[in-house]
Amino acid sequence: MYVLLLLAIPFVFSLISVLLPGNLAKKSALLGSLLQFVFTLWIAIWVYPCTDLSIDLPWVASLGINFSLNIDGVSLILIVLTNLLCPIVIFSSFENRNYSEVPSFYMLVLLMQTALIGVFTAYDGFLFYVCWEAALIPIYFISAIWGGVDKVRITFKFFIYTVFGSLFMLAGLIYIYLKTPAPHSFGLDMFVTADLNSAEEFWVFLAFFIAFAIKMPIFPFHTWQPETYTESPTPATMLLSGIMLKMGIFGVMRWLIPIAPFAFNDLNYWIVALSVIGIVYASIIAIMQSDFKKLVAYSSIAHVGLISAGLFTGSIEGFQGAVIQMFNHGINVVAIFYVLELISQRTGTRQIANLGGIVFKAPMLSIAFLIIVLGTVALPLTNGFPGEFLLLFSVYKFNMWFGAIAGLTIILGAVYMLRMYKNIMLGSAKSNIDNFKDLNTSELAVLIPICILIIAIGLFPNVILQSTDSYAADLMQYVKENSFAGMVGLVK
Amino acid sequence: MLQLAWLIPLLPLIGFLINGIGYKSLPKSVASIVGSSVILGAFTIVVSLFIGLLNGSIAPTVIPLYDFITVGDFNITFSFQIDQLSVFMMLIITGVGFLIHLYSAGYMHDDEGFNKFFAYLNLFVFFMLLLVMGSNYIIMFIGWEGVGLCSYLLIGFWFSNDSYNDAAKKAFIMNRIGDLGFLLGVFLIIITFGSTEFSQVFALAKEYEIDNKGTTIITAISILLFIGATGKSAQIPLFTWLPDAMAGPTPVSALIHAATMVTAGIYMVARSGILYALSPVTMSIIAIVGIATALFAATIGLAQNDIKKVLAYSTVSQLGYMFLGLGVGSFTGALFHVMTHAFFKALLFLGAGSVIHAMSGEQDIRNMGALSKKLPITFITFLLGTIAIAGIPPFAGFFSKDEILAKAFEVNPIFWGLGVVGAMFTAFYMFRLLFLTFFGSFRGTHEQEHHLHESPLSMTVPLMILAGLSVVGGFFNVPEVLGGNAALANYFAPIFSDAQLIMTNEAHLLDHTTEYILMGTSVGLALASILTAYFIYVVKKTVPIADGQSLNPINQLIYNKYYIDEIYDTIIRKPLDQFSGFAFNIIEKSGIDRIVNEVGAGTIGAGKTIRHLQTGNIGFYIFAMVVGLVLIIGIGLFI
Repeated sequence: MYVLLLLAIPFVFSLISVLLPGNLAKKSALLGSLLQFVFTLWIAIWVYPCTDLSIDLPWVASLGINFSLNIDGVSLILIVLTNLLCPIVIFSSFENRNYSEVPSFYMLVLLMQTALIGVFTAYDGFLFYVCWEAALIPIYFISAIWGGVDKVRITFKFFIYTVFGSLFMLAGLIYIYLKTPAPHSFGLDMFVTADLNSAEEFWVFLAFFIAFAIKMPIFPFHTWQPETYTESPTPATMLLSGIMLKMGIFGVMRWLIPIAPFAFNDLNYWIVALSVIGIVYASIIAIMQSDFKKLVAYSSIAHVGLISAGLFTGSIEGFQGAVIQMFNHGINVVAIFYVLELISQRTGTRQIANLGGIVFKAPMLSIAFLIIVLGTVALPLTNGFPGEFLLLFSVYKFNMWFGAIAGLTIILGAVYMLRMYKNIMLGSAKSNIDNFKDLNTSELAVLIPICILIIAIGLFPNVILQSTDSYAADLMQYVKENSFAGMVGLVK
Repeated sequence: MLQLAWLIPLLPLIGFLINGIGYKSLPKSVASIVGSSVILGAFTIVVSLFIGLLNGSIAPTVIPLYDFITVGDFNITFSFQIDQLSVFMMLIITGVGFLIHLYSAGYMHDDEGFNKFFAYLNLFVFFMLLLVMGSNYIIMFIGWEGVGLCSYLLIGFWFSNDSYNDAAKKAFIMNRIGDLGFLLGVFLIIITFGSTEFSQVFALAKEYEIDNKGTTIITAISILLFIGATGKSAQIPLFTWLPDAMAGPTPVSALIHAATMVTAGIYMVARSGILYALSPVTMSIIAIVGIATALFAATIGLAQNDIKKVLAYSTVSQLGYMFLGLGVGSFTGALFHVMTHAFFKALLFLGAGSVIHAMSGEQDIRNMGALSKKLPITFITFLLGTIAIAGIPPFAGFFSKDEILAKAFEVNPIFWGLGVVGAMFTAFYMFRLLFLTFFGSFRGTHEQEHHLHESPLSMTVPLMILAGLSVVGGFFNVPEVLGGNAALANYFAPIFSDAQLIMTNEAHLLDHTTEYILMGTSVGLALASILTAYFIYVVKKTVPIADGQSLNPINQLIYNKYYIDEIYDTIIRKPLDQFSGFAFNIIEKSGIDRIVNEVGAGTIGAGKTIRHLQTGNIGFYIFAMVVGLVLIIGIGLFI
């Protein structure tokens, strides 16, 4: 019931929003997303620990398709993240005249939220696929309608590229479905017990992997990402970078590893290697970017590269590091895009070279921005540190040289982030900031909680780590031993 | 008192929060009182812990606060280690730190960023205390990076100046290079010992013996950790950020870039003493890096004309001596020098600040001279600090440097010889600085001369206290040969006994005659240097030539700091920037993305045959997809 409500709230508010005039639409959307957030917190704190949240309704019974949803630790983290970020995304759009009064914009954002919750809770392969594709549609329209120059070409490429990946996943899903004991089923528990020989597992693994690798994205499947992030309107960039890319990571955790553990063990070396290359490659490219949105887009590829490197080591440190970093990357990247949106709205430029000296006009913005930058470069006692520490450790344990190369991220990250911060915020003031206003009350209302969160998670990372600790331990045990019995217990 | 130990870092943190949140509204007096009194409060608790440790009422202990990071069976606790070593460091941090806060109240009085300055200083002290109080490598690392952040913020404190911002960024990035080494070392520790907790790691390490195969790993660990130390403590090859860091306000140079943060590397090596004792290879590397840095930086110091740059290179050089001490196995000597150096170098920096304050911001010693009459307190205290650093007995620097050099002689007389040469240079450039600043005739402008004044009491009192400590600080550890009782060595005995046990076998103790000869030689040569400097800069009244005039090649080389910055720029920074452009334009755009686009275009080409289905309208496709899904489900329902 709780899970259905989580799906229903954003869905109902999306319908309400589209029926209201513009200035009310945005308020109702914000109200809906805040309601959803409060409800989520209530579930996370009081309901989740002591209640079975699973739902299993027959949907297309003849095909073994069930409307089956559940919330486990990993889902919970991502649902909290999604519902925490959506109000911020909606709120950040209020000042932008292009879409702030357009009801359908808010409808699309809330539909996206609904689909994302579906992705993170689905325990049925078919339902998962439907939600997975459904999440793409709203974001495609947001980017294609309100994007920047060249939006049609860029969003088209994004759309085709990701759909291309998902089709492989669909093929993989259907293949496993056919391998489940008759009468066939799309249930995750049945998928896990499906009888695949090693060649079959190899191909199924690849099919899923391509979908997830494009979504995250992992090097070299990333080239849709920088342009899409840069040219999309900022709310879409936030949704893409903050939440949507986590679908790929989540897919690996929930679907890929349990379904194809043998192939995972065979192939993970190469994926870790690719991810590590991606970290360094994207970091180096980020250094010389002149458009700050594109710089953050490349930095995001580097950060996600580290998450996937750690996750694919198949160790508990890597898994837990990926979980916590997924959450914190979401917060930090959305926060950073939010700050950059404020700056580009006030100055009319995204070019780093045209900015400078904002600190004189906006000390509070500078402090908030600095805290977010520090979180991004994983300074200890900010939220970025525990994840980066665990992930780098897992990669180092997996292969010492990979670990040392991946570790370059702590140097290169400081190089490009501090260079950006210095050039935008410090130094002599440029003329385009003469009328630059510091944060107003509502902007503070967004940034103060974010900054507090950055430091609070940095101080108490165990709050997040604990919620997935047992799942991670079981899963890693399973990968090591391939004890199917253990896995069946796990997914139920 | 032990129960209050967690208050020690908490007090500066509270000070930071008060000054940070109230940075706009708090009056300066409140900010400075809050900022200084929290440090004084922490100092008081530290002193009581120290007394407790001395009289035995407190036993060394670990105070756990909470579980910080837990993954599976692996757990990192947030906990504090209270023992002789951490309390020793805490005494320096809060004691010297308090004096510098006091001084800052006067020095920064006219600065708009006054409150922010105190907030940052408090934050720094908080992180520095975490660094030395942490009972495992992770808490140490939190402090380690945290002080790096504060250093970044304070070097770039006057952020309208772009070269200051560059200096701040450079410091942070160079430190991060070292930090990567540190972090990899910690990873290897976790893999090897299954814990980051000092007590557990060292207890397991004790079981190792030199020359068994396990020590390869210990060597790797100790080298990786040492890479971290070269960043934080400005050793070759990661030292070039420290001279640039002088862009920060002078009290920052005194506190962070002389007395405390830069000694973190020495603390870390001493804390991990047992790991280092197990790896003679690393010990040799440390000794060589230390003595090389000591000499190298000392030669650069000979030719600098900026009062703070001279002191900065001097700091790099003195840190080199401390590493030499560690490398030859004299952990106590290294820490002894950490302490005396904290006294006299903080004094010298604060004295330099007083001079700069009086000279209306002038830092070039070529434009100073004859300041002894106008700034008598500054002059006398600066003189005492200079004698102390020059190693003239019975001032503090003599005892600590002598202890390191004597031990170096035991291990390898070449270390000793080079160390004495470095000490000669030190005596020369420090007295050159003193003579050019305070002696001769005034060479600045009339306005500057008119403005000359002694600094207020809040600045001179810390100078006097530090001068007193620079005079008597050496008596804490007078060697037995001079009739002392080696009090500091006894104090540290419980910490270093295990490491010493592993190392003792090779060292052959010096007889008293040799020790007297060694001491006599180094003191004699230092005195000769001072006389030479006196002759050149007082008797002959030589003033270093102005910029732009030609120097002889050697002077040119030294004056330009051996062009190390330029070399790093050419071999690292520029290639990295160029490679970034190359990766973006060639690999990314013309490579990967082009392949992706062409695969896409090829598909479209193939699709032209079924073009009639394509309307080019995405809405239609989505519609078709939804219809398809409905059909699938519908068929499913009816079959």
